[in-house]
Amino acid sequence: MQIIACVKRVPTTDAAVSVTPDGKGLVTDGLPYMISFYDEIALEQAVQTKEALGGEVTVLSLGPASGSKEIRECLAKGGDKAVVLTDDEWMTRDARATAKALVAEIEAQGADVVFMGKVATDRDNASVGPMVATYLGWACVTDVVALELGEGGGTAKVETEAGLETLEFSLPAVITTGKGLNEPRYAGLKGIMAAKKKPLEEKTPELEANQAMVASLAPPPPRKEGRLVSDVNELIDALRNEAQVL
Amino acid sequence: MTTLVVFIEHTGGSARRSSLEALGAAQAAGATCIAVLTGPGADGVAGNIPAAKAVILTGGEAYSPDQVAAGVAEVVRAQGAGGFLAAASSLGRDLAPRVAAHLDATLFSDCTAITTEGDELRVTRSWLAGKVIATLTPTGEFFCATTRLNVFPAAEGSCTEVGEHPLGGEARVRVTAIEAAGEAKLDVAEAPVVVAGGRGLGSPEGFQIVEALADAFGNAAVGASRAVVDAGWRPHSEQVGQTGKVVSPQLYIAIGISGAIQHLAGMRTSGTIVAINKDPDAPIFKVADYGLVADAFEVVPQLTEAVRAIKSQS
Repeated sequence: MQIIACVKRVPTTDAAVSVTPDGKGLVTDGLPYMISFYDEIALEQAVQTKEALGGEVTVLSLGPASGSKEIRECLAKGGDKAVVLTDDEWMTRDARATAKALVAEIEAQGADVVFMGKVATDRDNASVGPMVATYLGWACVTDVVALELGEGGGTAKVETEAGLETLEFSLPAVITTGKGLNEPRYAGLKGIMAAKKKPLEEKTPELEANQAMVASLAPPPPRKEGRLVSDVNELIDALRNEAQVL
Repeated sequence: MTTLVVFIEHTGGSARRSSLEALGAAQAAGATCIAVLTGPGADGVAGNIPAAKAVILTGGEAYSPDQVAAGVAEVVRAQGAGGFLAAASSLGRDLAPRVAAHLDATLFSDCTAITTEGDELRVTRSWLAGKVIATLTPTGEFFCATTRLNVFPAAEGSCTEVGEHPLGGEARVRVTAIEAAGEAKLDVAEAPVVVAGGRGLGSPEGFQIVEALADAFGNAAVGASRAVVDAGWRPHSEQVGQTGKVVSPQLYIAIGISGAIQHLAGMRTSGTIVAINKDPDAPIFKVADYGLVADAFEVVPQLTEAVRAIKSQS
């Protein structure tokens, strides 16, 4: 089975992020990065799928050339090879342009299944997976928390407002991964050593223009100063008479 | 941009509030709205949707996102609309990117404001789960967006013109079963009140006081910090924060939650925030409107009794 795991390099979830003085960009100097939380789950699912069904896992990322440390880690965790579509503007590339760059590479590589996180924890679009599938004309299941793959198709469970839904889908497919699908492994020493010899190719993709322009970026507006209350009665009174939410 | 197609989810014979909020967002931005809906019961709902026109997608299989996305995009083109909106619900988040791709448009997900400045649209949404607020100008041929739940006022009214559009194409994904989430459980992203607990509760059993308080409100959902979800005390569906859900309820009560940066990002746009924590230095107090430095096991039951008493009077 040809398996692709799409991953994105994003600021770590515990990083404080600030806006540049012109209000148009993010301060990236010294910003710590990680592979997006849900993409780690996607990579793990890709490796487990290979372990169960055989095949090869290609790690695919749109990102900076300098991000290869994070991509090497994906190879240490079980990816067989990696392709980085280099884009120094990767963090502000819109969902459509990102999806189309990935689609071109997925078509060139060929695949039976593509895994990616349900959302990248930087731009929070949660769009690239279903967009890639739609451009390819493939099936897509999103925010998957349980999965069975077989010949030509699979079954997935997803959590929705209605409850836990079971979905049947055909292959090829794009599967976006939710928390709980698996426990991503750590890279072992053996994996880290092996990763140094695995192929990591950087390519310059053809990128379409964004369909979004940044008008302004800002830190979240400060909340109005709160106060301490001394007991439950004072709290109830404040919620009823000041905030009027009770 | 004058016309927007808005996808309407419905349940039990009426439109979901989150979909009416998406309609409200479109109308507030000055758009004429065409509602699109599908599935069993759509006929009964269509006339009660506050839009200029409703189009029912007919003839497809049991809900298939492939068929519905293609159908919605066809309606956008057939009606000469400038774009498409849906609520950022589970279904909307799954459907909207597919519609956008059919229109070769990007998607503005989980918007918190849609306004106009002169002839230009301005969209506000959060990056990094709310650490940065981005105001963006859409520049594509079609404007496609989803609206964050509980942020926009719901549209009201009805509609007089109801049309149909046939669904076709391949259904690559089918829903084969739904295990209901129990007795009318509110989703943490949808609920007007969220009572959330953290590691300060000490154990999974500690969440009983959180559940009791949520129960007393009647319209509250239980939320959880990442720490307690990772520890397996609570399901991920309840997690609030950067790797969980971003919520904006009218009232958010944080109990035993210290307030890690990724948690604050996920709830700081809530209407009123109450923090109850033993540690007076907990960062959660920095975003709280009302802070109570106390032992949760002492004060939360008192709060529950008081809320229950008030709710029984009203």
